[in-house]
Amino acid sequence: MPQELNEEKLKDLKLKANKIRQLIIEMLLEAGSGHSGGPLGMADIFTAFYFHILNHDPKNPNMENRDRLVLSNGHICPVLYATLALAGYFPLEELKTLRKINSRLQGHPHRTSLPGLETTSGPLGEGLSQAIGIALAGKMDKKSYFTYCLTSDGEHEEGNTWEAVMFAAKNKLNNLIQVIDRNYIQIDGRTEDIMPLDPLKKKYESFNWNAIEIDGNDIKSFIEAVEKAKSMLDKPTIIIAKTIPGKGVSFMENDYHWHGKPPNKEEAVQALNELKVQSEKLKVTV
Amino acid sequence: MLNPDLKLNTKIFDADVEVKATRAGYGEGLLELGEKNPNVVALSADLTESTYAHLFAEKYPDRFFQCGVAEQNMAAIAAGLGVSGKIPFISSYATFSPGKNWETIRTTIIYNNSNVKIAGHHAGIMTGPDGATHQATEDLAITRSWPGITIFNPCDAIEAKKATIAAEEITGPVYLRFTRDKTPIITTTETPFEMGKIQTFWTAHNPLATIFATGYMLYYALLTAKELDEEGIKVLVANVSTIKPLDEKTILSYAKSTKAFVTVEDHQVMGGLGGAIAEFLAKTVPTPMEFVGLQNTFAESGSSKELIEKYEMGKDSIKEAVKKVIQRKP
Repeated sequence: MPQELNEEKLKDLKLKANKIRQLIIEMLLEAGSGHSGGPLGMADIFTAFYFHILNHDPKNPNMENRDRLVLSNGHICPVLYATLALAGYFPLEELKTLRKINSRLQGHPHRTSLPGLETTSGPLGEGLSQAIGIALAGKMDKKSYFTYCLTSDGEHEEGNTWEAVMFAAKNKLNNLIQVIDRNYIQIDGRTEDIMPLDPLKKKYESFNWNAIEIDGNDIKSFIEAVEKAKSMLDKPTIIIAKTIPGKGVSFMENDYHWHGKPPNKEEAVQALNELKVQSEKLKVTV
Repeated sequence: MLNPDLKLNTKIFDADVEVKATRAGYGEGLLELGEKNPNVVALSADLTESTYAHLFAEKYPDRFFQCGVAEQNMAAIAAGLGVSGKIPFISSYATFSPGKNWETIRTTIIYNNSNVKIAGHHAGIMTGPDGATHQATEDLAITRSWPGITIFNPCDAIEAKKATIAAEEITGPVYLRFTRDKTPIITTTETPFEMGKIQTFWTAHNPLATIFATGYMLYYALLTAKELDEEGIKVLVANVSTIKPLDEKTILSYAKSTKAFVTVEDHQVMGGLGGAIAEFLAKTVPTPMEFVGLQNTFAESGSSKELIEKYEMGKDSIKEAVKKVIQRKP
C-alpha cells in the first residue's frame, strides 16, 4: 500500500532487511547448499517490496488485483522465502526446510508448491517473458495491478531475455517494471570478464525502455525509483539496481565465490554476529 | 473392412479422395474457440499464415500476439498468460516449438502447470522440400517424456479441428501435432473423437496382427490393410490420435487377441508411438512388434511422396512389416 515513507518507517524497513539477512544465513546453514551473494545483496529491495511497495495480502495470496512479483533469477529464492515468511505467507519455522525432501521451499521456486509464488524459475532468462504474459493479461482485462520482474545481470547473457525486452517495448507494457540485480558477479567470475554487459542503461534505452540507475542497497532511493517507474505511460521501465553481493557480511561482500555456496557453521556464526551488531546500531539511530 | 460404427469417409479409397492439411484443421478449430471462449488467445513466432493462426489473428486481433522469430519468448509469455486466466495457443514449426524451446516449455509450462496449448506444425518428413532442419522427427520423443502432458496427433483435418477444440477443454498443457501437406480425409464430422481413446478404423475377422498408426500415416495403413485383405491376410488398423495418455486398455486387448503389432508414424522409430506401445507391452503382454517410421536417420529435401518411399515408410514397407511380424509370432 502506498504510504508515507517517513524516517520511522524507513528505519523499520532497514531493521526488517537486517532480519531477513539473518534468516537467510540461518536457512542456508541448515540447508547445506544454496546461494549466499545474491540473496544478501537483494534483501533491501525485497524488504521495500513486501513491506511498502506491493499491493498484496499475505493471508490472501491469490487476491485478484494484487501486484505480481516475478523472481526470474530463481536461485536467490532464499531472500524471497525469508521475506514471504516474515510478511506472513507461511510460518518462519518452515524456512529451515529449504531444499529438503517434502519441503514446500524448493531449491528453485516452484509456483504451485508455495503460496506467494507467481512463476517457476531457475533456468535463467525465462522470468521476464512470464512477467510479460502476466502484465499482458492485466492490460487485456483492464486491471490496475503492476507486475515487477526481478532479474540478474548474468541472465542477460541468455538470448531469451532480449527477446522479452523487445516484446515488452513493442507492446508498450508500462505496467511492467523490471529490477535488475546489478551486482557484477556470476558463477565463473565478474560479469564484465565473463560476458561484458555494460553499457547496460544505454542498451535498454536503445531497446525503447525507460532506464533508471540507483543504489540497490538504498531503500529510500529504490522506493523513489519505483514510484517514478509507476508513473511512466509509454514504455516499460528497468531499474538498474547496483547492489553489493553478500551485503551485510564483510567476508562475502563483492566476492563472486559466494555466489553459489552457503556458509559453514563458523562462517554463519560470524555472519550472524556482524548482522546483529548492525541491527543494534540501527536501533539506536534517531 | 472400414468400421461402420465410426462413420468414416466412405470415399477414402477413391483416387480422388478429398485432401486437406491438418494445419488447416488447427486454424478452423482455433477460430471456433475464439468465438466460444473469450479467454482463448493465440501467439505466433513469425509463422502465422503457415500455421493457420491467421484466421484467429484476423478476427480477434486484440487476442493475438506476434512474437517474431522468438520461440522461447513465445512459450514463456504464454506461460504467464496461462497462469493469469487465459488459454494460450502457441504455434510454430515443431522443430522450433517444442524443439528450440523445449526447456522453456518444460520449466514454465509443464512443471509450472500453466494452461498452454502447444501446436507443433510441419511435423514429420512430410514437410518435404525445406529439408531435415525443418522436419520434426523427434518431437514425440521429447514431449512424451513430460509428466502430465496430453499429446494429440490427428489423422486428418477434420480430426485436427476436433483435437484443437478438445485441447481447450483439457485443464493443463497439451501438445498438438500438425503436418504441412494436404492429406486424405479419413473421418467425417460424425466420427466421434475422444481424448485417450484408440479407435479401430479397419476391422477384420480373426485378425493376425494389429497396425497402430498415428497422424496422416493412418491412410497408408488403411491402404495396406485393404490390399492385405485381398491377399487373404487379415489385420486390424487402429488410429492412435492421442499419444499420451495412451489407451492401454485397447492395446492390451489387441495384444491378447492378435499377438503381433506394427506401429506406423512419421517420426523416428525411437521414442514415438512405437516406443510408447513397446514400453507398455514389455511390462504387461510382451508382443512381437515391427516399427515403421524413420529408421534412426535424418531425411532430406524432396516431395513427401518421394521421401516416404525412399525412407521406407509407405504402403509397401508397412505390408512387409506386417508379414514379418506375423512370421515372428511364437
